[in-house]
Amino acid sequence: MRSDLWSEILQLTAEHLLLVLNAMVLAIAIGVPLGIYLSRKQAARPWLLGFANIMQTIPSLALFGFLIPIPFIGGIGKRTVIVALVLYALLPILRNTLVGILGVEAAICDSAVAMGMTDGQLLRQVQIPLAAPTIMAGIRVATVTTIGTATIAAAIGGGGLGVFIFRGIASVDTGQILAGAVPAAVMALAADWGLGWVERKLSRA
Amino acid sequence: MALVEFHGVSYEIAGKPILLDVSLEIEAGETLVLLGRSGSGKTTALKMINGMLFPTRGQVLVDGRATTDWDPIQLRRRIGYVIQEVGLFPHFTVGDNVGLIPKLEGWSAADIENRVNLLLEKVGMPPSEFRSRYPRQLSGGQRQRVGVARALAADPPVLLFDEPFGALDPVMRLELQQQFLSLRHDFQKTSIFVTHDVREALLLGTNIALLSGGRLDVSAPPQEFRQAQSEEARAFLACLNN
Repeated sequence: MRSDLWSEILQLTAEHLLLVLNAMVLAIAIGVPLGIYLSRKQAARPWLLGFANIMQTIPSLALFGFLIPIPFIGGIGKRTVIVALVLYALLPILRNTLVGILGVEAAICDSAVAMGMTDGQLLRQVQIPLAAPTIMAGIRVATVTTIGTATIAAAIGGGGLGVFIFRGIASVDTGQILAGAVPAAVMALAADWGLGWVERKLSRA
Repeated sequence: MALVEFHGVSYEIAGKPILLDVSLEIEAGETLVLLGRSGSGKTTALKMINGMLFPTRGQVLVDGRATTDWDPIQLRRRIGYVIQEVGLFPHFTVGDNVGLIPKLEGWSAADIENRVNLLLEKVGMPPSEFRSRYPRQLSGGQRQRVGVARALAADPPVLLFDEPFGALDPVMRLELQQQFLSLRHDFQKTSIFVTHDVREALLLGTNIALLSGGRLDVSAPPQEFRQAQSEEARAFLACLNN
């Protein structure tokens, strides 16, 4: 029985990690380019930031519920979970990318332009490297929250450590709840520490 | 032919005039000082030369061609730019900062290295000591020297200076002013220099253009400028007596 529990913890932790990784790769792949785009297109800012903001305010359980009837991205299972997690992770990544780029000192950008850098050169050689720690901070925050939010995935058949938590709640079994909550917390702490280390590395460069 | 010309240049933002009908000619090798109070339009005039701003009326010509007809990148690569905040890239070493434009222009690594070493030597920052430092490891005066070296890097015919020494202590300022004069002697560049310091204007300028409320008030060589009778010119000259 004990060894069964351990192997289930291992299996669900791996499943959880995979959900988070999938969601984060997608959220970064969408959020960072979108943030860069917004740094160039002021007019689009309120719309896209507003959208990302609204996504964050929807309670996570409700968002899963909303997604279920939507074709292609919805339904029961992992795909819906990943879509919801991406929508949640988008705001911190998008916002930090934008704030990081706009936060580069005006004198530095001015002199880059005055020296005859093209917009692409300004972006690649100056703004992105200088914004990198801020962008990384957004990714770190998004990852830590995603690890927590992903426990709700079990509610719509997405698996992960939430399976323990929902089962524990249903059977009033604290042991089961802890079997889900402790690995999730450890994962979140590890992500926070690891990505924080990358962030510090980037800001020293 | 003048290297830089202003023909009846006006500039306004949202109906508020910043420059009014300014005409100027800057000959090759000359140092024109744009003198004026804060808000007199001198920085605006400067930014029109390298196409950071364009006139709402009139024309600015560089090498006989209107700035609106230049490819802005090509234009700016021919014009060095030094500002008060220096604007060095904090994530680049001193050497990489100075070598930036040559690199963008596709120079070979060896040529870039030679050029960077020569210029750091010229501005009194021995390359062996300073090349691989980062801007944050330098004093304000040292940073400004690197800024000047960077502006000279690709050997541009024209240099723009926007109150470059304004934030430095008086001793450092004098040192850098002397260096400006010696660099002018060595490199024979055409410079346009913005300042609100009449002493600096008289020391560095071969010609002084006094701007007042967006209009060109006086344009004269330093000796003549000392005798100028306009109200604004006398207000500036009065600063010399205290």
